[in-house]
Amino acid sequence: MSSLKIIWNVFAKDLRVEWRNRETLASMCVFGLLIVFLFNFAFETAHEENLRLLPAILWVAIAFAGVLGFNRSFASERENACLEGMTLAPVDPSMIFVGKMLANLFFLGIAEVVMGFAAALWFNVSFLPALGELILIAFFGTLGYAALGTIFGAIAANTRMREVMLTVLQFPIAFWILMLSIDATGNAMRGDPNGDWLGGVARVAGISLVFLVASFLLFEYVLEE
Amino acid sequence: MKEKFPTSWLLVLTIVWMSVAIYMDFLYAPEEETMGQVQRIFYVHVPCAWTALMGFIIIFCASILYLWKRSPAADELAHATGEVGFIFCSGVLITGPLWAKPAWGIWWTWSPRLTLTFLLWLLYVAYLMLRSYLVNPGRAANLCAVVGIIGFADVIIDYMAIRWWRTQHPQPVIMGGPNSGLDPRMLLTLLVSWGAFTCLFFLLLRMRLRLGRMRKELSEIRHVLAFKLSED
Repeated sequence: MSSLKIIWNVFAKDLRVEWRNRETLASMCVFGLLIVFLFNFAFETAHEENLRLLPAILWVAIAFAGVLGFNRSFASERENACLEGMTLAPVDPSMIFVGKMLANLFFLGIAEVVMGFAAALWFNVSFLPALGELILIAFFGTLGYAALGTIFGAIAANTRMREVMLTVLQFPIAFWILMLSIDATGNAMRGDPNGDWLGGVARVAGISLVFLVASFLLFEYVLEE
Repeated sequence: MKEKFPTSWLLVLTIVWMSVAIYMDFLYAPEEETMGQVQRIFYVHVPCAWTALMGFIIIFCASILYLWKRSPAADELAHATGEVGFIFCSGVLITGPLWAKPAWGIWWTWSPRLTLTFLLWLLYVAYLMLRSYLVNPGRAANLCAVVGIIGFADVIIDYMAIRWWRTQHPQPVIMGGPNSGLDPRMLLTLLVSWGAFTCLFFLLLRMRLRLGRMRKELSEIRHVLAFKLSED
């Protein structure tokens, strides 16, 4: 079986499971919406302040919603020993990682669109003027975040209190992905002519790619019995 | 097993070296002009920070060595270093604010080095939590090695990212850094202190490794005993 076929099979399997029970995506979207709602209600800010606060609020919501999804991603595999089944299949474990990572990226991407709409509505800001830049930043930021979330989700699935363990591993290591994404998102939203938005995207993309490659190379050791 | 360099020698070396370092810290090194006596915490703070960083480098190397050669000794070394390094990293975070309050007037600021140290401390915490929460000890070594390697990649990224972060804001000025024209006697004291702390680090590391070996032996003896008792 070619690598692409394996990746597609794992990805399609995760989507199919999600389509049947609709647990992960629903909880991620609702949780994300709640965080955006809570901050919106608590701050009750004017427009200029919104532009300053919104990137941070959105990325915090993305971070928390993501952790929720990554937890489910491997917790569901532990039930009924699905993970053992996948490990026994004569395929490269790295391809399983890519498939799972793409599924996580896809779910988190959908949750981001939902949160983005809600944020635009409640905070009364428009993402349209810088939509292209924002999509790029969101894509690369989420890519690195999902890569780390996938490998740490797999590691945390082996522990007691796995929800806690995933958070404790994910946040310190994904810290700079989140911080630089917040920085770049803020620059793009303010439309700062001196703001180096392309550099911002490049930094987020660079860090994300480092973590993506590291997770890709190390994943086989995580699955090894 | 006979050791080439017994732990007791290392203990004596550490005590002697540490005494010299303490003497130099309080009596030999000159008083700093602007900060006064409080600056002497520098000789504890900086060696702690260097040792904590060295600890994570050892974890990284031991993790790679484990995944490559599958040597249980490398895994034990990484585990022991995690625990000892955590103590030194906590030492940095305790002595830092104690020095910052009289010197800068604030306990804490998110300056590059403080952020780095705090992230390093969080990495140590995450690494040790993972060690204690794993349910299947057979897979512990693999999983911890993976986290040790990705964690070190994060330390490297911290060093770069901290310079990119909000570059439009002025960075807080750090006073009394090692590059601001250090008196030769201060530099010598710093280096002697660093040596003393490195000795202490390796002493604790060896004691922790020995403890790990004894624990393993004990559990083996218990297994044998339980087996014999069940036979009777």
